[in-house]
Amino acid sequence: MKRLFKSISLLALVAGVFTSCNNSESSNNGDRGALASNVAEKVYVAPGEHDDYYAFISGGYSGNLTVYGLPSGRMFKEIPVFSQFPTSGYGYSEETKPMLNTSHGFIPWDDSHHPDISQTNGKLDGRWVFINGNNTPRIAKIDLKTFETTEIIEVPNSGGNHSSSFVTENTEYVVAGTRFSVPIPQQDISIKEYKGKFKGTLSFISVDPEDGRMAIKFQLLMPGFDYDLGHPGRGKSHGWFFFTTYNTEEAHTLLEVNASQNDKDFIAAINWKAIEEYVNNGGGKMMPAKYAHNVYDEHTHSATSTMMDEVLMVDPTEVPGAVFLLPTPKSPHGVDVDPSGEYIIGNGKLSADLTIHSFDNMINAIENEKFDGDAYGIPIIQFEDVLEGTVTQAGLGPLHTEFDGKGNAYTTFFISSELVKWNLETREVIDRQPNYYSVGHVMIPGGNSREPFGKYAVAMNKITKDRYLPTGPELEHSAQLFDISGEKMELLLDFPTHGEPHYAAGIPADIIKENSQKIYRLEDNKHKYVTPTAGDARVERNGNEVHIYMSMIRSHFTPDNIEGIKVGDKVYFHITNHEQDFDVPHGFAMMGANNAELLIMPGQTKTLFWEPKQVGVWPFYCTDFCSALHQEMQGYIRVSPASSNLELSWSLGE
Amino acid sequence: MCAAVCVIAFAACKNDTQSNADTTTTTNVASENSARQGQAFIKDDEGQPTVLDIAIGSESHSTLVAAVQAAELENALVNAGPLMVFAPTNEAFDALPEGTVEDLLKPENKPKLAYILKHHVTPGNYDKEFLKKFKKLGQASNQNIAVTVEGDDVYVGGAKILASVPAGNGIVHVVDKVIIPEQ
Repeated sequence: MKRLFKSISLLALVAGVFTSCNNSESSNNGDRGALASNVAEKVYVAPGEHDDYYAFISGGYSGNLTVYGLPSGRMFKEIPVFSQFPTSGYGYSEETKPMLNTSHGFIPWDDSHHPDISQTNGKLDGRWVFINGNNTPRIAKIDLKTFETTEIIEVPNSGGNHSSSFVTENTEYVVAGTRFSVPIPQQDISIKEYKGKFKGTLSFISVDPEDGRMAIKFQLLMPGFDYDLGHPGRGKSHGWFFFTTYNTEEAHTLLEVNASQNDKDFIAAINWKAIEEYVNNGGGKMMPAKYAHNVYDEHTHSATSTMMDEVLMVDPTEVPGAVFLLPTPKSPHGVDVDPSGEYIIGNGKLSADLTIHSFDNMINAIENEKFDGDAYGIPIIQFEDVLEGTVTQAGLGPLHTEFDGKGNAYTTFFISSELVKWNLETREVIDRQPNYYSVGHVMIPGGNSREPFGKYAVAMNKITKDRYLPTGPELEHSAQLFDISGEKMELLLDFPTHGEPHYAAGIPADIIKENSQKIYRLEDNKHKYVTPTAGDARVERNGNEVHIYMSMIRSHFTPDNIEGIKVGDKVYFHITNHEQDFDVPHGFAMMGANNAELLIMPGQTKTLFWEPKQVGVWPFYCTDFCSALHQEMQGYIRVSPASSNLELSWSLGE
Repeated sequence: MCAAVCVIAFAACKNDTQSNADTTTTTNVASENSARQGQAFIKDDEGQPTVLDIAIGSESHSTLVAAVQAAELENALVNAGPLMVFAPTNEAFDALPEGTVEDLLKPENKPKLAYILKHHVTPGNYDKEFLKKFKKLGQASNQNIAVTVEGDDVYVGGAKILASVPAGNGIVHVVDKVIIPEQ
């Protein structure tokens, strides 16, 4: 044993030699200065110029969605989705608290995973981006006119909402699948009863083509596997949806061993059009289910939360010909359908190979009933009959594949930490590039649609280590941008991303940038507590509840002196920003308030709740440097003892 | 020992120049950097040693280390893993038919060597006791190897586990045989 322990001096010697090799190489690079500067040019966006692409990158455990530009890698915005965001007051303001309501009550956080942009005819239309909350299952919709989260729907009968949120070709549905199977309906049973008693659901959430309103059309009650990722069919396979599964062993403990026993798990193929027809003809059973549906209205600037009480459940065995299982090796993570809709690629995450199924083979096998038994009544198609081929020894630990629309696929390999380009027809590897380090997903703008824009690929890594200046033990994750327009991929840029990006969605900037809203019209403000003119500003008391109708404009609040507030009051500041200029928000912060600030956009009303606890005179101020007199934008509130009889009064400039 | 290390180091440098020479015909700057870049080359004396560190630090595994470096698999052994490496001793390599190792270390046999080495790696991290729960293991070569138990001894692909060293990103099991893939 002893001789096994590493000898520091030996290691140091070897490391020293490696370093000297490194040095000689970097001097080699120095000789190729012209090439290096050419790379710099490819990501350089001159001051004042715009990037060519938006990239919406999931924030993982931040619960949010970040907006980047490509090729520069500059971050433009963090959009709060599932998490309270003190920067803007999202989830703290009275108007947005309902957005985070669930059947479990108010939840200030989630784990956001897979953004996907809405499509029309299989092409990105840039209207909305959807993203899933993984922990307490939810799907959110972000409006790409305002870049604000405008709707969140909870997904019942789910646990670990991971195989989500992917849209079909015309955004008919945004689809959500459960990672963790659970008792359905939930009940007090032993965990040991997992096998057979626990089930997984795949949820098809319809999206209204006009206003994007979401509703759960139906849930499909599936065997108790783990549903990992999903991808809609494209073109000829439009109408089908594919989900990867692992833990087909139905283990409930030590999954790292017990869920790796079967050589093959399944890709579940769902003919959602057939199920839609079944449902439209009265199929399925309504079952009780409690879930929140939260909608933000940009005219009232307020969200409402509605608790739903039932959902339509479909038993797949009652819709023959709608659900099949395709055996796929090694606990597949990603399932990805190429833009033609023909190839269904399984990324077996413990494998060195990629499995490519063919849609035509699948249809043929179904028609000829080439089945190899069934799982809980769902036919299993024979592996050899659906398999088109494999990419052998492509790398180790494939996770996810995107496409460039030119016949090539790009697969990330976690364990061997590389991005591999291969040809869809020949299944030969064309190029491989290392990632720094341990890449998760890759994103090509439009790569999840029928018409990808095969110019850039962004590899999103799980591990950063030495890529940037060190910042202690906790590091932002790293991403690498590749130019994929040539035969070989070219590393252009390395940039940090916020939270943990699990996936991203990219789109040419031209599709959405002209629609981006600049202000909210004050005359369209339908907020219940709006202060339309400074003359409407006032303070009203109703028992111990105090409503302050306040307006703000450069560079004062109306009113800015308020007296007659008492300890124990429940004070609501309803503040309307009277600016109508682009990019002139005002902020509002109240000393001692137990929540956050508000950042109020021009024409918008937001409400901050405050419970004064101490007698005295307490200041408030504008937090956003709004003008040359920003520092003068302040006010005072006098707080008297609870027993005080001081009348309410308010003023400005008196 | 110094001789062995120097040889390895020399081989690594030699590979370097070779890969530079190979790639100068392309215009791909990034791939030229890649050979000696990556997690394997980060200086880190605070973290727990990786499976690669452990192999490098072991006198009885100089043949294996030379093979890993010839196959340029260093970065694959230092990532997040988890990785379980079955590390044949120098004696295990010596027991192969004469000339086998020399042959595998030739540049033209790099893919074959890499495949054999990957056959010694499992994506997982299980100690010897825990391995008794398995009947087989899925290796990075995409082949399975059998796990058998004889008394207190655990055999993987016919090789007996002699000792085990936990690593930051997995575990190294020292084995007495080279596990040759069936295919």
